[in-house]
Parts: sequence; structure tokens; C-alpha cells
Amino acid sequence: MTTTSPLGPASPPTVLDAAPSEAPATRDAVTRVRRKARSDDGDDRSAVSVSDWRRPSVKWSLGTSHWLLLVLLVVWCVGPLLLLAKFAVTPTQDILRTPMAIFPNGIAWSNLSEAWNDVQVSKYFVNTIVLAAGAWFSQILVATTGGYLLSVLRPRYARALQAAVLATLFVPAVVLLVPLYLTVLDTPVFHTSLVNSFWGVWLPAGASAFNVVLVQRFFDNLPREVFEAARVDGAGPYRLFWSIVLPMSKPILGVVSIFAVIASWKDFLWPLLVLRNPDLQPLSVRLPSIEATTDKGVLMAALAISTLIPIVLFLVFQRMFLRGAGLGGAVKG
Amino acid sequence: MTTDDVVLRRHRRTPLTWVRGGGLSALVFALPLLLIFGVFSWLPIVRAVVMSFQKTNLITTSWVGLQNFQNVFADPLLPVATRNTLWFALLALVFGYPIPLVAAVLMREVRRAKGLYSALAYLPVVVPPVVAVLLWKFFYDPRPEGVFNTILGWVGIPPQPWLQSMTMAMPSLVLEATWAAAGGTVIIYLAALTAVPPELYDAAEVDGAGVRRKVWHVLVPQLRGVLFITLILQVIGTAQVFLEPYLFTGGGPANATVTILLLIYRYAFGNSLGGNYGEATALSLLLAVFLAVMSLVYFRLTRRWSTS
Repeated sequence: MTTTSPLGPASPPTVLDAAPSEAPATRDAVTRVRRKARSDDGDDRSAVSVSDWRRPSVKWSLGTSHWLLLVLLVVWCVGPLLLLAKFAVTPTQDILRTPMAIFPNGIAWSNLSEAWNDVQVSKYFVNTIVLAAGAWFSQILVATTGGYLLSVLRPRYARALQAAVLATLFVPAVVLLVPLYLTVLDTPVFHTSLVNSFWGVWLPAGASAFNVVLVQRFFDNLPREVFEAARVDGAGPYRLFWSIVLPMSKPILGVVSIFAVIASWKDFLWPLLVLRNPDLQPLSVRLPSIEATTDKGVLMAALAISTLIPIVLFLVFQRMFLRGAGLGGAVKG
Repeated sequence: MTTDDVVLRRHRRTPLTWVRGGGLSALVFALPLLLIFGVFSWLPIVRAVVMSFQKTNLITTSWVGLQNFQNVFADPLLPVATRNTLWFALLALVFGYPIPLVAAVLMREVRRAKGLYSALAYLPVVVPPVVAVLLWKFFYDPRPEGVFNTILGWVGIPPQPWLQSMTMAMPSLVLEATWAAAGGTVIIYLAALTAVPPELYDAAEVDGAGVRRKVWHVLVPQLRGVLFITLILQVIGTAQVFLEPYLFTGGGPANATVTILLLIYRYAFGNSLGGNYGEATALSLLLAVFLAVMSLVYFRLTRRWSTS
């Protein structure tokens, strides 16, 4: 709940899209089969039909606008990143004097090594990874055990608990900022401070109602017969959780994991407040503070290094990302 | 297990029957959620309400009634921050609302390399926001040699002051924020477009509708729900804008980019002598009430929309 993503904290639910199997038929089976057949041909139905495409005027205008869109997407979305990649290996003088020229005075690979070693990006990089790993673990732990409790075990207090979790979806992160900080400063019962400790970032990350709802809805759609069969075979609640439910839930665990890691990598404000000691800070917190005192070329190299992992993750798990992003708009499948 | 439960429940409930019925193992599974949500979500929410009526220096705490709210309303920066936040939201809508829609409608019709389009559009969303801001900050270099000023120079436009001008600072912030966020909006629209029932197109074709009329009379009405949802999501998101003003301008020039969240941050953490936590929570509560109303509308709509 401490992300500063542009969509804000409450960018929630309705996650029918992530159901493991098709949700109970909402439309008649015939259209579904027809759609399926079409998409197998690589031609799912949209506003412009095949016969429309045969008309020269449509073909020409749509074809041109598609090319134009592609060019715009490359320039607008990828352009700044390409510039960043170029700056990362450009001598500082060239970056400042002729930013748009293509390597007038050669390439400065030294930027990268200087950023990695002298500016200690390596250390902050490790901090970022450790923070992301811990945040991932606490989110997965809370979401899977919580989802299992609310969906499968369903004790009598499940409804009340679920309502209490759902209610937090309506509370924007803004409200939590100060009281959460004071809670971390002096934790209840233990009266220890989690400031300047990774726990101060890891533990609050677990309190994501969105994750719990996502996982719970997924568990809701798992076939109950399998659970019954496992119980008949003598599996207790722990065995059922570990050997049946979790292995069946890899798709949703993948989505939750990828978003947990990316959100942690992007997070700025919360680690800024909690991790005051520069030796513990992640890249996102460290970069602004080294900005003024660092050589432009080295700074750009540091920025590029910070972007690398999220971009690689995105390129590898593209489908998961795009599906997860579609969930934000509450779309039915 | 559930049938066992019912049988057991008819007898007297003892701790033993509770354990046999799986009560203990259920509690084990409830523990992480109860602890984490309890300490880091439910407790801070309650504390937020309590704290807004208190004054604290972390050692002693006293009740001050509505004093915090009065102080917040008396702050001459509040109207400035409110105006700036609204201006940011409005600009974000102008930049980031119609263009992703047009892009998504076009992308829906792409027949080859569909994935490439959405991947390109979504790429900026995965860039860490801090990196994006620092990179764009350099792009906005006001010298004639700055990146954007060089590009403007190619088409004969004189260098612009960007972040250093009171009028241009906010639009510059919004431009970067739009770059970072528009990909997500495009993907939401695309998902909604894919969900339009194909029968509608068939019906429109039978009635002799051309491409333009199919888009305008079939597609756009089907998108009404998602258009409203992205609108609300944007308002919720932009009302909490912090990173851009904090890193780009620090609220300047001359408070032209002070937003409400920046004001909250300054109340609580901007003073090295100790934060004014009461006023900070009071202001965040006010903002939260506004946002909660927005989320409630959003939640109602998504639910209605997804079950219809």
C-alpha cells in the first residue's frame, strides 16, 4: 500500500479475467466456440471486418495510421529510453553540449564501471534486490495463507475478516503515510523501531488487500472436487495448502509476484522515510540524492543500470504484465 | 469437514471440538494476515483518525479538538496546493485521456505484430518513476543545448524555460507523468475493446454500417463503462501526485507546483525539528474522504459493469 504508482493505491479489483478456467458460461456456448475458431485463425472479431479490409480506402487509411502509430510509439515510448542508453555510454561533455549528436567524441564505457564501483551503485542495487525479495515474500505469504483461509477453510469469522480486508481497499495510501510511519517508528507490543531496518519496508508491503482479493478469487475458482478427494485421501489443511492449492495456482502467483517485485523496485516515498541510512537505501531513493554531485555521464549510467532489471522482467514476462495491467480496468474475460 | 462441523456444532462447543474441527489450523493460516493487516493497515487507519485530533511530539500527546483542521484551513498554501493539484489533474486528463483511447482503438485493428504495439506502449510503465523523472529533468534542461530545446531548435522554435517557468512547470510535470502512465491506460482500453461482443459488429454490418459508424455507434458506447473507470482512476491517482513535484521542482518555482501530497509531506517530514503529524494526518484525512468517495463510485461501477 505504499506504492507511488500513477494509478494510485486503490487501483483494484474485479479479477474474473484471472480465473483458472473459464468462468461459468455467461454467454451461450455457440458464440464462444465461434470466437474460439476465429481466434485460432488469428483473426478475432473487431470493428473492422475482413471484408472491410478488402476495400482499398479502408486498407490504405488504416494501414497508414498503423504505420504512423508504430512510428509514434517508437519515438514517444522507446525514444527516451534509447536516449538514456546512449547517454549511459557518452562522455559527460558531449551529453551537456550536444545531447542529440551520435557519439561525436567516441563512446565512454567507463561511465558504467564508474557508476557501478565509484558511486557504489552495486551496493544500492543489492539493497534494491533484497528489498524486492523480502517484499515479494511477505506479499506472497499473506496473500496465499489469507486467500486459502478465506476461500477454502472458511471459518466462521471469514466473512468479517474479508470485509475488514476489503475495506482497506477504499483507504488511499495517503492516509496511512504518517500513522504508518509512526507505527514503524515504535511498533506496538514490541516497542522497537523498524526505521533503518529492511523489516520496515518488508512487513508493511504484505498488507495489500488487492493481492488477497486477487488470490482468493482465484482459489474460489479451483475445483472443489479435488479438495474433497485430497481430504478423503487423508490430507490435512496444511497438506492441502502446500501440495494441492499452491501448485494449482501458479498463474496467479506469477502475476502477484511480478507486480510485487516491480512495485518494490519502483517504490520511492516509503523507503525514503524508513531507510534513513544511505547504506541501506535502494536505488530509487539513492539516485535523487547523488544527482547533484555526480557527473552527468555517470548519473545516466546509474539510471540505465536501475532500469535494466524491470525492463528485462517485462520483456520476459510480457503476457503476465499486460494481463495484470488489464485487471486494473476490471475487465471481464 | 463442513458436515463434520455441523454435527459437532450441535453438541456443546468446547476447545477440543474447536481444534478437531480445524479451528486451530485455520487460525494458523489467519495469523500472517491478522498480524500484518492489524499492525500495518487497520491500526494505522484508526490512528489516522485519532491523530488528526491530537498534537504529538512523539513523547507527549494531547487532544486539541479541531485545532489541526483549523490550522490546515488557515494555511495560505492550502488553496494554492488545491488549485495546483486540480490543475495537474485537469492537464493529466487532457494529455492522458483521449490519446490512449485513439491509440487503443487503432491497435485493436492491428493484424500483424499486435503484441509489439502493446509492448511498446507499456514499456514506459515499467521504468522506475525516479529514473523517469531524473531523465526527464535532464531533458527539460533550459539551456539552448538541452535535449528538448535542441529538438525545438530543429523546427525553429526558440529555447523554452520548462521547469523554471511558473506557467510551464506544471505542464512539463504532467507531460512526464503522462509518458509514464499512458501505457497502462492503453492496455485497460484494449482489454475492454477485446470484450466487446462480436455479435454487435455482425448486427451492425447486416444493417449496413461502415467502419466509421461501427466504431462510433458500436464500439464507443460499449466503452462507456471503462471510460468512466479510467477517468476515476486518473483522478484518484493524480490527487496523490507526489513524486513529480518533489523530484522535479520541489514545489517551485514560487509554489507553482506545490501539490496537496507535497504539503502533507512537508507538514510531517519537511521540518528537521520534528514533524507536525497532527496537521499532516488532518489534511490527509480530508484528501482521503474525497478519494474514498471516488473509489466507492469506482467500486460500484466496476461491480455493476462486470456482472452485467
